[in-house]
Amino acid sequence: MSDTHAHSVAFVRMETIPQSAPPLAAAGPVRWGKDNLFATPANALLTIASLVVIYFILAATVPWILNGVWNAGSLSECREILQGTSGACFAVLTERWPQLLFGFQYPSEAYWRPTLAFVLMLVALAPVLFFDLPRKLLIITALFPFVAYWLIWGGTIWAPILALVGFIVGYLVYAKFVNRSFAVGFFGGIAAAFVVWALSGYIVPALTPEETLLSSVPSRDLGGYMLNMMLGVTCVSLSVPLGIVLALGRQSSMPLIKWVCVIFIEFIRGVPLITLLFVASVMLAFLFPPDQTVDLFIRVVIMITMFSSAYIAEVIRGGLAALPKGQYEAADSLGLDYAQAMRLIILPQALKISIPGIVNIAVGLFKDTTLVSVISMFDILGMIRGPILASTDWNGLYWELFLFACVVFFVVCYSISQYSQWLERRLATDHR
Amino acid sequence: MNKSVLFGALTVAGLAAGAAAAATLDDVKARGTLNCGVTTGLVGFAAPDANGEWKGFDVAVCRAVAAAVLGDATAVEFVPTTGKTRFTALASGEIDMLARNTTWTFSRDVDLKFDFVGVNYYDGQGFMVPKALGVSSAKDLDGATVCIQTGTTTELNLADFFRANNISYEPVPIETNAEGTQQYLAGACDTYTTDASGLAATRATFENPGDHMLLPEIVSKEPLGPLVRHGDSEWGDIVRWTLNALIAAEELGVTSTNVGEMATSTNNPEVARLLGTEGTLGEMIGLDADWAKRAIETQGNYGEIFAQNIGEETPIGLARGLNAQWTDGGLLYSPPFR
Amino acid sequence: MSTTTDPQGGTFRLSMLLNDSRYRSLTLQAIAAIMLAASIAYMISNLLANLAAQDLNISFEFLGSPAGYDINQTLIDYSSQSSNLRAAFVGIINTLLVAVLACITATILGVFAGVLRLSNNWLVRKLMSFYVEIFRNIPVLIWIIIIFTIVTAVLPGARAYLGEDPERNMLAGMFAFTNRGVYVPAPFFTTGFGGEEGSGLNWLLVIGVLIASFFATRFVTAGADKKQAETGIRPNTLYLNLAIWIVPVAIVLFILGLSWDLPDPLANRFNLRGGLQIGAPLIALWLALSVYTGAFIAENVRAGIQAVSRGQTEAASALGLRPNRTMSLVILPQALRVIIPPLISQYLNITKNSSLAIAVGYADITATLGGITLNQTGRAIECVLLLMLFYLTISLLISAFMNVYNNSMKLKER
Ligand SMILES: N[C@@H](CCC(=O)N[C@@H](CS)C(=O)NCC(=O)O)C(=O)O
Repeated sequence: MSDTHAHSVAFVRMETIPQSAPPLAAAGPVRWGKDNLFATPANALLTIASLVVIYFILAATVPWILNGVWNAGSLSECREILQGTSGACFAVLTERWPQLLFGFQYPSEAYWRPTLAFVLMLVALAPVLFFDLPRKLLIITALFPFVAYWLIWGGTIWAPILALVGFIVGYLVYAKFVNRSFAVGFFGGIAAAFVVWALSGYIVPALTPEETLLSSVPSRDLGGYMLNMMLGVTCVSLSVPLGIVLALGRQSSMPLIKWVCVIFIEFIRGVPLITLLFVASVMLAFLFPPDQTVDLFIRVVIMITMFSSAYIAEVIRGGLAALPKGQYEAADSLGLDYAQAMRLIILPQALKISIPGIVNIAVGLFKDTTLVSVISMFDILGMIRGPILASTDWNGLYWELFLFACVVFFVVCYSISQYSQWLERRLATDHR
Repeated sequence: MNKSVLFGALTVAGLAAGAAAAATLDDVKARGTLNCGVTTGLVGFAAPDANGEWKGFDVAVCRAVAAAVLGDATAVEFVPTTGKTRFTALASGEIDMLARNTTWTFSRDVDLKFDFVGVNYYDGQGFMVPKALGVSSAKDLDGATVCIQTGTTTELNLADFFRANNISYEPVPIETNAEGTQQYLAGACDTYTTDASGLAATRATFENPGDHMLLPEIVSKEPLGPLVRHGDSEWGDIVRWTLNALIAAEELGVTSTNVGEMATSTNNPEVARLLGTEGTLGEMIGLDADWAKRAIETQGNYGEIFAQNIGEETPIGLARGLNAQWTDGGLLYSPPFR
Repeated sequence: MSTTTDPQGGTFRLSMLLNDSRYRSLTLQAIAAIMLAASIAYMISNLLANLAAQDLNISFEFLGSPAGYDINQTLIDYSSQSSNLRAAFVGIINTLLVAVLACITATILGVFAGVLRLSNNWLVRKLMSFYVEIFRNIPVLIWIIIIFTIVTAVLPGARAYLGEDPERNMLAGMFAFTNRGVYVPAPFFTTGFGGEEGSGLNWLLVIGVLIASFFATRFVTAGADKKQAETGIRPNTLYLNLAIWIVPVAIVLFILGLSWDLPDPLANRFNLRGGLQIGAPLIALWLALSVYTGAFIAENVRAGIQAVSRGQTEAASALGLRPNRTMSLVILPQALRVIIPPLISQYLNITKNSSLAIAVGYADITATLGGITLNQTGRAIECVLLLMLFYLTISLLISAFMNVYNNSMKLKER
């Protein structure tokens, strides 16, 4: 019977058909497009609308950017080169490059100094940001502030050295006494550091030679993007320790300390940064002793640090609250005192939880450093709105400059927030 | 916190600027530079040139003081200030003197506690309009939008002028001259008002200065001059008499080129006293004998400074007008050097 | 904390102040109090010494004296002869105005972008995350200035609209977009209460009627709920509610004689006259705060929706709910609980960021009290203190509101 079958059918395939590709509409880009772009009529409409938006954005910007002029001495020269066609005049960036980066008063022969400081900063930040790097690198981080200070401000090298010596002496005293009691070590360390600094207040002038290796630059000559960077880095690094203290104070069982911290934090968080900058520019000077004035830069650093420390304190408080109560109880049951419990058990965990939050605050703070242009400091925005747009050569040119400002902020802020997300993912796995 | 500890810590930080209260002269000498407040940029009066070097009519006053006090006209640290920040900068000791076309008024002198040491430019408030607008008098500006720099006397004069003439306007407050120029050129305001000298200087920076005109009305008196903090008369005297020396030099025919020769060969006793070859004026004011000579040598006399920065030969093209010597029918009149 | 038993009574030794846990906290607080008092005293003495050295004093009398300057955008009566205090009030009202406007648009924008970020359309998703990342990572001050520049440098001058035969015609004869601001028709009443106060009364009347309508519709809805609970059939209330909203207000507006004041291109040679002018600084500030904060709100909304577990959606569809009912009855109510607290702090941020008005010359409280008044009177300390007091009050009010909200949410959780 088997034959009948064979004979009644003209063709029998003996081998399996090779797998053919799925129909065009069921896989590949078409399928993907159908699922992701044209799933429903409404969706298709959205896609088309988005395409139109994208087209308009690109049509307005791409030719303008590609057609850009990079070499010209003034806006009118630029216009001459462009001959009426649409095109950006990036020449302003080339011509004012140092001003945008360093401000218009920083001595031009010293531009290498902040540049070097910037590179060192990247090196110093690396071990803080990436835990896998050898811990020894942290020594560079610790030395960085002093080196950077010397590079940027110049002047006698003894000032940063003695400041460093103050810290070292403070640390030695702390290390000596911390075994007896944390409080003694801590306050003893601070006192020792202050003694060194107070003494060096008299020593430094004596050691200062007539001609210093690096010429000294007054801080009002700082400007440009460098100023934003400096304010951002200084204030964030100063406000983390202060934020920790405030957060612990707010959790304290001692009512006086708790209330001082609560009032401070809520006060700072309740007012806009700009009012605090007004305080820095017009009011703070009145609170210092009459016979000395403090640089505007320092006053601004003080106020911004206070500002961000209040926000960081709230983040850390969240971290402290997120720790299971068992951790506190475990520390108590081991017989650790408050300082030990905090230092060895609670803070390391709480800080780890808080890092992404702290990074977010840091990004926000870095963006907020542009506000100093309102109190007439010449940060990048102040430079653009002031000396550059005011100059006869470049009057009437905005987009190129604003684009530049947007790009430099976007690059930094976006990388930091990507870093923070990466960190969050990493810490999350560590936790399990 | 103990004061010396705080002070020590701050010195180590290397950032404690000098003292503010008394004895500005000692501070300036100790520091080796003069901190002088100027505008953020008004060509002809004070603006950094392409090399970042400050140039201008007000700048020359700062340099003259530095030359007199420190013997070095370049030992000046220029601090740009806006209409808003200038007084805080001076009061807080950030700057030693302010030379930023600032009007001498009663309340600034008495209530804000500053000492105006003299007048280096007699000015008045004017209006600039595009010629295309077809306005010929400030009284035609009913309903116009006016750009006005905040924190200035001109802001108050403007309100008074329009109220007195019973016409209305819309103020557009701006912070710096740069911003004002941009807004005005972009047409965000119909007219820009400030000191007439400032308007002339601003117009000179336009691409087409000819398209714009100053209206004939001058609606206020704006005697502009340098000022110092109240309560340090010695320092005030130095700035005052340096300015007077520049003015007197013009009257007496002393110029930057002939000052050396005049100092030795003059037989005019006032010139001799001014240049320190006779009498002890320098000692009286707490400086050396050549103080005025150095100021004139480096900056020129008032007339030279005027001609170089804002005079008729420059793009700004201001006539001497009220700012001529009293002998030429102007208001400049230096008290005698005696 | 202490492992050894505390000594019972006995003699008191000085070292017990630090080592005995009964006293230690008191000791530490006493030390802290002394240090705090000392540093405050130190700063006050510095302040007094500085004031004395410069022959200044602290006094709030300047608030009563005439301000002397004019303000371009005022919602209450103001002239250069008004007092500095009144100028500050003008500023306060302007701050609140821009804050409220920006809160509304930022919320709309944020919800829109947040929902679209979860859309299953790839392109839209990408476009929205582009929006969020761009706006979140560039300082708001730059955005304010950019938008201000767009308005002032791109839109045509006011004069383009002026005259018998203008270069440009107003949109629908009513709207003009100039580089000084946008002009729209302004409503006013012809037969209502007259005079300055009258116009305020008219508006109060309209608002009162709207509030009454609101309560009436609530009443109707409650009745419908009751009926549904009793009989299982829900009466259709849509038309009734619509009528309650529209009819009374329409009648009142008609009685008051509502009419529109259009911008007039002929009255003045410099500017349009009449209509409602929304100045360029207000537009810049409003838009910039909206798009900037909108990006943050979008993130909050996305996080809120994602926080509702997928099981909820699945459970809802197992119950047979249609997708849009799932969204409105199941997902949103739960997501809102996550979204609203950060949303309120974004509102707080908007209010605080509105102080950047000073960069574009919008007359908010920072620009009047903290700017021009401060400068013209030289009363820096007084002005800055008052300024901070104002913002602090606003923040505390908003936080108090937030606490009330959080507490009411907590109750529902049980
Ligand atoms: N004289 C007036 C106004 C002075 C003033 O602000 N002048 C403007 C324009 S002439 C200026 O110098 N601007 C330069 C700047 O923006 O820094 C005053 O003292 O209040």
